[in-house]
Amino acid sequence: MELTLWTYEGPPHVGAMRVAASMRDVHFVLHAPQGDTYADLLFTMIERNDRRPPVTYTTFQARDLGGDTAELFKDAVAAARARFAPKAMLVGASCTAELLQDDPGGLARTLGLDVPTIPLELPSYSKKENWGAAETFYRIVRALAGPARPRGARTRTCNILGATSLGFRNRDDVVEIRRLIESLGIAVGVAAPAGAAPEDIARLGDADFNVVLYPEIALPAAKYLEKHFGQPYTRTIPIGARATRDFVAEISALAGIDPVPDMGPSRADWYARSVDSNYLTGKRVFIFGDATHALGAARVAATEIGFDVVGLGTYSREFAREVRAAAAGYGIEALIADDYLEVEAAITKAQPELVLGTQMERHIAKRLGVPCAVISAPVHVQDFPARYSPQMGFEGANVLFDTWIHPLTMGLEEHLLSMFREDFEFHGDAAPSHLGAGPGTLAAAGKPIVIATPPAAANGSPAWTAEAESELKKIPFFVRGKARRNCERFAAERGVSSITVETLYDAKAHFSR
Amino acid sequence: MNDAPAFPAAPAADCAVPPGVGPSEAAGRGQREVFCGLTGIVWLHRKIQDAFFLVVGSRTCAHLLQSAAGVMIFAEPRFATAILGERDLAGLADANEELDRVVGRLLERRPEIRLLFLVGSCPSEVIKLDLARAAQRLGRVHSPRVRVLSYSGSGIETTFTQGEDACLAALVPDMPAASDRSLLVVGALAEIVEDQMRRLFARIGVGPVAFLPPRKASELPAVGKATRYILAQPFLADTAMALERRGATRIAAPFPLGVEGTTLWLRAAAAAWGIAADKVDAVVAPDRARAEAVLAAKAADLAGKRVFFFPDSQLELPLARFLARELGMVPLEVGTPYLHRGLMADELALLPAGTEAVEAQDVDAGLDRVRALRPDLTVCGLGLANPLEAEGLATKWSIELLFSPIQGYEQAGDLAELFRRPLTRRARLAA
Repeated sequence: MELTLWTYEGPPHVGAMRVAASMRDVHFVLHAPQGDTYADLLFTMIERNDRRPPVTYTTFQARDLGGDTAELFKDAVAAARARFAPKAMLVGASCTAELLQDDPGGLARTLGLDVPTIPLELPSYSKKENWGAAETFYRIVRALAGPARPRGARTRTCNILGATSLGFRNRDDVVEIRRLIESLGIAVGVAAPAGAAPEDIARLGDADFNVVLYPEIALPAAKYLEKHFGQPYTRTIPIGARATRDFVAEISALAGIDPVPDMGPSRADWYARSVDSNYLTGKRVFIFGDATHALGAARVAATEIGFDVVGLGTYSREFAREVRAAAAGYGIEALIADDYLEVEAAITKAQPELVLGTQMERHIAKRLGVPCAVISAPVHVQDFPARYSPQMGFEGANVLFDTWIHPLTMGLEEHLLSMFREDFEFHGDAAPSHLGAGPGTLAAAGKPIVIATPPAAANGSPAWTAEAESELKKIPFFVRGKARRNCERFAAERGVSSITVETLYDAKAHFSR
Repeated sequence: MNDAPAFPAAPAADCAVPPGVGPSEAAGRGQREVFCGLTGIVWLHRKIQDAFFLVVGSRTCAHLLQSAAGVMIFAEPRFATAILGERDLAGLADANEELDRVVGRLLERRPEIRLLFLVGSCPSEVIKLDLARAAQRLGRVHSPRVRVLSYSGSGIETTFTQGEDACLAALVPDMPAASDRSLLVVGALAEIVEDQMRRLFARIGVGPVAFLPPRKASELPAVGKATRYILAQPFLADTAMALERRGATRIAAPFPLGVEGTTLWLRAAAAAWGIAADKVDAVVAPDRARAEAVLAAKAADLAGKRVFFFPDSQLELPLARFLARELGMVPLEVGTPYLHRGLMADELALLPAGTEAVEAQDVDAGLDRVRALRPDLTVCGLGLANPLEAEGLATKWSIELLFSPIQGYEQAGDLAELFRRPLTRRARLAA
């Protein structure tokens, strides 16, 4: 039993729904109680889809439990087949129906349906949403993908795998990456699951290789296709300009074409080199999200913008190894967690100047008064902007630069803030002026300010003079806690019992070396 | 002051054809499209300020609360989910131990909690995890600091607002005993609505007045044989029964939606205090005149418009009555997840003749009918609204009716506006 306030992932059947809702001519019959129909609103309200997800729920009630819920399931499948006339059907159970052990796959088989019917095993008590999506896509590919047709003389072709409904900016990523691939003279056969119909899945085998955009969703299917149809798949995720160039090199090699020497540079490359970006150097950034976006963001942050990555983590336990390895490269330890409180504690401790995370971290950052940009699912209605806004490819790199930099206090303003810290409307706790009054500051959040609390004030640590305390307040709040601790350590090590302004600057000089 | 505007004295006599009452053929046995009772936690955890709601369920339950509620605006919600894992399913003894551990951790983290609800879910019901016993056990452990109660919000037993019913019913046995006459207003209401009602009852001369649920768990109102209770929300059948077991007597009335509903509701309460209707009318005349003026302005855009309700909150019948009788709208079909004929008797009597009331309909069949009828306004849940808008049908998402103050005179205009806005907005965007 696990105590949860908020969750990063839904149950596995929601992952299955995401795949079904991404595709055309597929219908999913889910053995589930009536309350589970809430999941429709993820698609109609968060993503603002103009159609209901193609899902029929059996909506059994307590009074059905004594009777024949299996019969109810069969009726629902037959009715859905008749009403929606899909070209393929998925059948499965949600958490409650799993306990009834009605065997949706076996029951559907007895109906002798005239369309391919794919049974899904979605263990709700051990697996989660992304696993469910990956499993569903894999089962669909296994059931429907045919072997390659004989090749004539034709252009090199690849498939783009992994984009789904409710994925973070997947809609625009596919457009961007498809454009990039086609600009190299490589054709795109099928993009799936998003936008694909069962007949598209059937011709996946025709391609020369697969592009895996989101390993969380597409990896099991890509591995299957590699094993059975000999299609290699890509490892590079094109998030950021550098990764996009690596991606171009990787697919050029897979397609057997000459590498294009001079892709880019993107506008973000130039902006990062522009002098006004100097102030971005070494800003402390904390990154948390699904593995794909967290890893991509860390590389961009460190190598394209010049931030210090002070925290890196993911809720995608399936990719813990990769994230740990990347974190080690930044000299930090990865945070592998799906407990929101644990993430909050880690962010508070790391004292970042920018948080790149999910909507949950956005909330944490808001409470701490730290700027934040959202880089990963779970999604929110704001993660479906009306404008074109990919995260991948060269345009994606531009989007990342803008989205991450805009929440920060801008270079010259930052200088003025530190020069005139006591200005009544221009002080250190004020939000960046171009963002209006903005979110509450740490003090306004009404909670004890953890990072500003002297950790060992009570047990014999050096005391602060009023003057030094006031000087400390002129230091930006996100490093104030660290400065306080450093001063106290410095004083304690030297047997100084009272911290004065002098001690503060001695400590500053000491730790700056 | 005897010219009190008469509402139909014997409404049933006006009905050439009584309203059709489901389950009719339209109901069918297809898919329902409703929330489960856990959803009520979204407003109950704000209403009772020192209570905490711990759902014992699956990842789906946690995901529902997070998604349906849009709860991310809250710093730290006063609800959480104890997610059952494979180990809990394997042995109930372990599950109980685990629950004790989780509750211990929670209460340690949130020392301000005075009342803890263990909320049952579909999985906890199916595996027969006895939360009533668990609540007793945990209550003994954490007494006197925290009271522990339980109820079920499971989707196999409850829809949407029935979760509030189950929660309030669980509070009733805990209410202190009373011997003095008092009025108990039952159903979670916005604080502003409660305050208005309190003032109205004081002016009319009805009292003392208490509200269930209270704003603080420590302020549970008393109940006894002299208690008269009146429902402010239509979905509280179990709470009503629990109050009657404590000796309280129900004051039958329509629900306080719109000028007419509010007036009849106040008159019913006053009658129980031996106060005549014309006295009530005289007292509320200014409030009423104000509300009627606002409604008259709104009615211009709504009169004659055809409205269709998908089942959602059990508020559908009183809302249809309000829209029909005070704004001149034409209810085509009024779906409701559950129709309690006893509690709804006064509402059914006021509905226009021939109104089709459908209990627990098949959503696909309902969509077929709505597409054939093409009403001017469709009241439906969040799963259906945008798809219907995309088909060119104006919709009002019904969850807003639970999250807004809509009861009483001062809110009658706001309630009308909730239905008017989708239509005026379309007109603006079309211009």
